[in-house]
Amino acid sequence: MRIFDPHIHMTSRTTDDYERMAAAGVRVLLEPAFWLGQPRTSAESFCDYFDSLVGWEPFRASQFGIRHHCAIALNPKEANDARCREVLDLLPRYLAKDGVVAVGELGYDSMTPDEDEVFAAQLALAVEHDLPALVHTPHRDKKRGTERTLDVVKESGIGPGRVVVDHLNEVTVGMVAGTGCWMGFSIYPGTKMSPPRMAAILREYGLARMLVNSAADWGRSDPLLTRRTGEAMLAAGFTDDDVDQVLWRNPVEFFGQSGRLDLSPVQPPEATFADNSILRGGG
Amino acid sequence: MTGQDLQAALDGAVVNPAWLADALARVQASPAAIAGLFPAVGRRCGRGPLPDPGPELDGWTVDDAARVLLLTVLPLRGVALAGATGALYRYGDAAEKRAVLRALPRLDIGNDGVELLRDAIRTNDPRLVAAALGPYASQLDDAMWRQAVLKCVFMEIPLSTVAGLTGRADGELARMLAALATERRAAGRTIPADATALLKKLTGGRPAESDHDKEAD
Repeated sequence: MRIFDPHIHMTSRTTDDYERMAAAGVRVLLEPAFWLGQPRTSAESFCDYFDSLVGWEPFRASQFGIRHHCAIALNPKEANDARCREVLDLLPRYLAKDGVVAVGELGYDSMTPDEDEVFAAQLALAVEHDLPALVHTPHRDKKRGTERTLDVVKESGIGPGRVVVDHLNEVTVGMVAGTGCWMGFSIYPGTKMSPPRMAAILREYGLARMLVNSAADWGRSDPLLTRRTGEAMLAAGFTDDDVDQVLWRNPVEFFGQSGRLDLSPVQPPEATFADNSILRGGG
Repeated sequence: MTGQDLQAALDGAVVNPAWLADALARVQASPAAIAGLFPAVGRRCGRGPLPDPGPELDGWTVDDAARVLLLTVLPLRGVALAGATGALYRYGDAAEKRAVLRALPRLDIGNDGVELLRDAIRTNDPRLVAAALGPYASQLDDAMWRQAVLKCVFMEIPLSTVAGLTGRADGELARMLAALATERRAAGRTIPADATALLKKLTGGRPAESDHDKEAD
């Protein structure tokens, strides 16, 4: 089973996770920029974070033969802090980089006017930089948030085939299915989807434009739930080719629209990065 | 410093020469355009080694040469050029940073690029440390330069990448290398062959005095 996890926050995961993911079949992943738990208070700390998404994390992934790509954006939660707003001016520098294959995560958290403004501005950046957009849907008031998200996407002029609307579930999938946007599902214990429920949605809505991710982060989450979903699909009667479409070919097609997806074998890793070798341990 | 050698080395080696020609024209017309073009060079021009680099560009890749060419056509000088160069370095990934370091001796910025060298030497990223020890390292003071050379020995970066090594290597560097060799010997280890050869050259074959040798323990 070859796996491309199209949404995982490796910054918050250990090197052991990279090792387990590689053993489970994960060859490529996409790490969207998001909230770190502790709120940031300046654009500079975003730059350091973005630098790690194009520097340290791809290096760490390469030690296990995993290709790391990222999406860059100002997330909706921190869009509400005026001190972080100047991040928008810095985004073009990062959106030009090789490892950056999308703008994201965009979308809504509390659906404030600030979030409206930052969401629209970044969809415009996606159009300008010819990149797909990864749009998450909010945890609270999800149905209305999804409706409003789809309205903003439509108004922005970006092609719906270049947008993935993420964190969908049984209640919201039907709203996105007819729009031409891609549908993202996070298999995440407790708050989002489970592998058997995911298999049931695939049975009902088909495999086209479907992306399945672990969304593993600093919460109680599991980077191997992509693999578990593949297994649940097989148990539900899907074929190996069906699993390959959902876990590999679909994300390759979606993020391949950037023209920057690199699926070639990872080069033998450098011994160290910024004085740190993960093979010998930290320090 | 006109970039003719870069043009010649890139001739026939660039994946998309029309893109590069257009990028050069855009940067000449509008220097701010380099911020978006500089990161894109690898995927547009290629990342392989230059097919015929000659001694000056030995070890350079196609994207190195194309990025350096872009920097050399910036219609800026002095503080403005140092500012633009510094921003490309600050926001650059490792390949972009390496190209900025390689461009420094070709840019009209005096010693305003020294801070970038110091940053690169602090990183311990072998790609950046090696690039920092090109011809522009003549701007580093002696103490920093010796530390950087010693760092190459630690990181097993070939000393052949250090520009002007034999001309600048002095007795103090010999003392530092000898001390390292002594320390390694005590641990049952060695220093790389090129470092041993350099030490031998500096001391005329006689063992250099190191602090360790003088210690009574």
